[in-house]
Amino acid sequence: MQDLSLHILDIVENSTKAGATLVKIQIIEDTDKNLLQIIIEDNGHGMDPEMVKTVRDPFVTTRTTRSVGLGLSLLEQAAKETGGDLSIISHTGHGTTVKATFQANHIDRKPVGDIGSTLVSLIAGNPDIDFVYNGDFHDESIELDTREVRAELGGIVPLNDPAVLKLFRDLFKKSGKPEQHEYGPEV
Amino acid sequence: MGKIKVEDLKKIKEAMKGTVNLREGQHRVKITVHMGTCGIAAGARKIMDVLLAELGDTGKTDIMLTTSGCAGLCNHEPMITVEVKDSAPVKYIDLSDEKAIKIFDEHILKNNPVVEYALSMGSETTY
Repeated sequence: MQDLSLHILDIVENSTKAGATLVKIQIIEDTDKNLLQIIIEDNGHGMDPEMVKTVRDPFVTTRTTRSVGLGLSLLEQAAKETGGDLSIISHTGHGTTVKATFQANHIDRKPVGDIGSTLVSLIAGNPDIDFVYNGDFHDESIELDTREVRAELGGIVPLNDPAVLKLFRDLFKKSGKPEQHEYGPEV
Repeated sequence: MGKIKVEDLKKIKEAMKGTVNLREGQHRVKITVHMGTCGIAAGARKIMDVLLAELGDTGKTDIMLTTSGCAGLCNHEPMITVEVKDSAPVKYIDLSDEKAIKIFDEHILKNNPVVEYALSMGSETTY
């Protein structure tokens, strides 16, 4: 995975396969503590304690289930490479919360990447699932709640209509210079 | 703070009035982008972006674009499956933006499968 937005796409695909109807995605930066946090919370069918224990191990997980595989292992690796960590809280029948913490300015911290493209892919591929996004990093804050959009469109226009998807994409278009590696040299 | 504006949604709703949910009805074509961990790492999101842009440009409402998990051929990602109604489904492998656009123009719009990019034709359908 080249950037964190691709990791997010991958982890949320797990949520969609777990039968979630609502997925909340948060990206928060705490500049004082030099932390970047990604929290993905779903209301899917969750995992039992035994599964939670083994789910990060790529070899155990592929053996025990087909719905989760390398995704969490790769995200854990990306977090640990920056001195951060990954936590998974899950209750059968109630859903799963995955929290990845990164040292924000660590040289190995992957760039956040194109969150807009990740959300558009998720919404286009799963128009019946609701997504709530809260991003607050690099002095920019973006909010998206498809429940509000869905209510406003009143069932007349589906969320995966090209015109609606374009609104979502435009929300994430940066007005200023194109995003490069945030802490790297100007290119 | 960036947020979706209610006025923009109202405009879309207004423009769609009278077209009665064509997108919800029967689809002539179903495109599935394989979005497992392997697909995403190999560039499936870009393929999805390209196909969404093509779909938006045509304005057609009888084409459904969706995603699925790993198809078990991770070394051939990014992959898509194209199912035209009443025709055999076609799996396309090792895709690039250019290949995806060609498949969209030829197979999806004109129903001429692009044989040179295909892994196989036939196998199970999802409808």
